[in-house]
Amino acid sequence: MEPLINYFILSSALLCVGIYGLIAKRNAIRLLFSVEIIINAAIINFVAFARYHDTPLITGQTFSLFAIALAATEAAVGLAIIVQAFRLNNDIDVLELKRLRG
Amino acid sequence: MTDVVFLVVSLLTVFFAILALESRELVYGAVALSLSFLGVAGLFILLDSLYIAIFQVLVYVGSIAILIVFVIMLVRREKWANVTGGNERILGIIAAVLLFSTMTYFSLSSGLTSQYPNPTAIPNFYEIGSQLINDYWLILQLTGLALAVSIIGALTMAKFENR
Repeated sequence: MEPLINYFILSSALLCVGIYGLIAKRNAIRLLFSVEIIINAAIINFVAFARYHDTPLITGQTFSLFAIALAATEAAVGLAIIVQAFRLNNDIDVLELKRLRG
Repeated sequence: MTDVVFLVVSLLTVFFAILALESRELVYGAVALSLSFLGVAGLFILLDSLYIAIFQVLVYVGSIAILIVFVIMLVRREKWANVTGGNERILGIIAAVLLFSTMTYFSLSSGLTSQYPNPTAIPNFYEIGSQLINDYWLILQLTGLALAVSIIGALTMAKFENR
């Protein structure tokens, strides 16, 4: 088995990929991809740290179930918003969505 | 000592995650994203968390990826093939590399390097059910409520007419 640091480095790599996407991308769907990747990195940490406890904890797995379910709701609402923005503006470029600006 | 399986699966996961953001065509990005989710499910199997792995495949690869593919069909436009973010891209790469090197540097000197799992004590996933019902029943109900509200909200937004 690997030391815990391997899982930690992997999840921080996924987190950084997601942050890069959030900063660099203008397409709303790619931003949603980035958020999903970040949530996956968080779930890996939950499960790995629970497994590497002296007496393996099941709480990490329970919490990652909740995290996955909430990620699914977030994806559904986000995609509905994207479809609606496309209907209103005929584009999903987040730099072009200025309708809500005061 | 690093396991070969772990190394291959984690490299594939990160590679497909990068490909999901960088592929020219958005549909290929969605496919790469679902492959990355499959890689994460493989990592859960390596961590003896079979139930989470199954749940991950069901929810992420089964529903979220399919939903994303359908939305891409609805909102597809040709212009994204030649958009190359200039400044933001460099800024994003700098921020990601800086954050990753900082996290790696500080974690390498922490106690995580000598933390090994207990190979005889494998987590028993029957306990997930009893924990869900006994300890976290309120969170379970609230998660169900959040799912219902999000479905209603998505349907309401989808029915909203463009005037």
